[in-house]
Amino acid sequence: MTVASSSPPSRVPLRGVEGTETKPKVGKAREHVGRGDGALAALFIAPAMLGFLVFLLWPTLRGIWLSFTRFNLLTPAEWVGLDNYVRMVNDPIFWDSLTVTVEYVVINIGVQTVVALAIAVLLQRLTQSAVLRGLVLTPYLMSNVVAGLVWLWILDTQLGIGNEIITALGADRIPFLADETWAIPTIALINVWRHVGYTALLLFAGLQAIPSYLYEAAKVDGASEWRMFWRITMPLLRPVLAVVLIMTVIGSFQVFDTVAVTTAGGPANATNVLQYYIYGSAFGRFQFGYASAMSVALLVVLSAITVLQYRLTRAGQTDLG
Amino acid sequence: MAAVTTTTGVRPVRRRFSLGRASAWAMLGLILLITLLPFYWIVRTSLSTNSGLSADPTNPLPTGLTGSGFERALGLQSAKEAIAQGGAGGGLDFWRYLLNSVFVSTLITGCQMFFSAMAAYAFARLRWRGRDKVFGLFLAGLMVPTIFTLLPNFVLIKQLHLVDTLLGIALPTLFMTPFAVFFLRQFFMNIPMEIEEAALLDGAGKIKIFFRVVLPMASTPIITLSVLTYITSWNDYFWPLMVSYSDSSRVLTVALAIFRAQTPATGVDWSGLTAATLIAALPMLVLFACFARRIVSSISFTGIK
Repeated sequence: MTVASSSPPSRVPLRGVEGTETKPKVGKAREHVGRGDGALAALFIAPAMLGFLVFLLWPTLRGIWLSFTRFNLLTPAEWVGLDNYVRMVNDPIFWDSLTVTVEYVVINIGVQTVVALAIAVLLQRLTQSAVLRGLVLTPYLMSNVVAGLVWLWILDTQLGIGNEIITALGADRIPFLADETWAIPTIALINVWRHVGYTALLLFAGLQAIPSYLYEAAKVDGASEWRMFWRITMPLLRPVLAVVLIMTVIGSFQVFDTVAVTTAGGPANATNVLQYYIYGSAFGRFQFGYASAMSVALLVVLSAITVLQYRLTRAGQTDLG
Repeated sequence: MAAVTTTTGVRPVRRRFSLGRASAWAMLGLILLITLLPFYWIVRTSLSTNSGLSADPTNPLPTGLTGSGFERALGLQSAKEAIAQGGAGGGLDFWRYLLNSVFVSTLITGCQMFFSAMAAYAFARLRWRGRDKVFGLFLAGLMVPTIFTLLPNFVLIKQLHLVDTLLGIALPTLFMTPFAVFFLRQFFMNIPMEIEEAALLDGAGKIKIFFRVVLPMASTPIITLSVLTYITSWNDYFWPLMVSYSDSSRVLTVALAIFRAQTPATGVDWSGLTAATLIAALPMLVLFACFARRIVSSISFTGIK
């Protein structure tokens, strides 16, 4: 903000006096740089291009193609048209796993966004300490597998300290990961523990862009922190929040690791999230075609959500400036 | 600066909110407690004996202080000894998986950074036909969720006969990620043209400029991105799970899940499992401790773009 307000006066003389001199210079440099770069550029871009074509573009196209085939990895893929998609639409397990995944995403993103926002605002309004920000980020350094195992132990029904605390408070032990109703919320919260610090720092970065004089002025006018949060922080953070939401929702839909190490899809398919079902179809039952069809469905869902969220939250616009 | 000049005027307002500030600090403290206590609990468990853990589950200190959990995780105990102490005796050797993880993560980070930086330089500073179109294509790659390419990539790795090799695990992210190219391009674009011009006038070639001028000038973002890439590849589970089947290509995350699945009849070997968990997590904590300040302050940039 301060940069923006101080630049116009300096820009005027630049345009008037130096501008006429510097501009052709830049053009000349560009021309100079531009001479004979084709071969060199090809050399520089070649490895990345190879990686892009072979391990990103080709697999994407192949994934879509495989979804129209029957393929068990041993015999060549056989074109079956829309069979996999017909099967998918009629597969109750697919719809169940989609429901479970959505349930997971709603809890995971809902809690994570609120807590991350709280952490970010607390950090912004209380302290600028980089140490605290670093500490908040530590769970993010663990793999999902480690995070899953850590909480599997803490929440163990018989020996876990979590259940010891619950019984000490006078309640009954909760079989967090072994119970059909508790399992998904528990996994969602484990992943909140791992990711909330990172999300908070993204939001914190967004908060840093809000000019502090707005808060100073509001304070002078006697506004409470609560009021400042709703009147200054939220409206100005909205574009950043929207981008962060799109990123985290897409990540959340891809949940797999934590489920794989804590519940393996159980009990009774209660945590059979879509990615876990896809993995089981491919590597357990060798139905690579069907697994690909479900992957395409997930891809479509994710694209639709991205577009929708972008529209709804007007992510491209900012209230600042 | 502004805060300093206005403190006198704000002071009465602050005092009125001191209760609010205290409760805000309390809330932050509680969040930090939930964030950090699990780490202590893992350390405490890994240094306990399994019999001690079931006899005294609430003891805040290690019960029967011992390093046997680590011995089991590192494969230093005989199967008999391990079973006697509540282990599975499955002969998992976390030294080996540690080395595998180091190898894969180092290979991915080194190559991906180097190749991505080369491509980013070509996009940022070299002039060639179709540059913007190709860059747009790379950007579109950002839209494809990684998870979508895993199945077809597995089919490809199988056709290349690289299943169950460390190279097979590294290959898909070895050459580039759209994000790394995009991220580094942003930095290269901000390096003043004049510096490169001066080097050109001194007779340096473009390749020399890239290595001697551009890379050193962008060392800070490159190091930050490298650390983040290292952490990501170290923590990856899904892809190595698909590709690796035996000890020769097993990385820590996959080994941990196997350790967990090998539950002995007497119940989970929590002491050994938490010790293994620490072995897997500690290198990243140390790495982070070295670069924390840099990473924390750069997350703003990497995240929001």
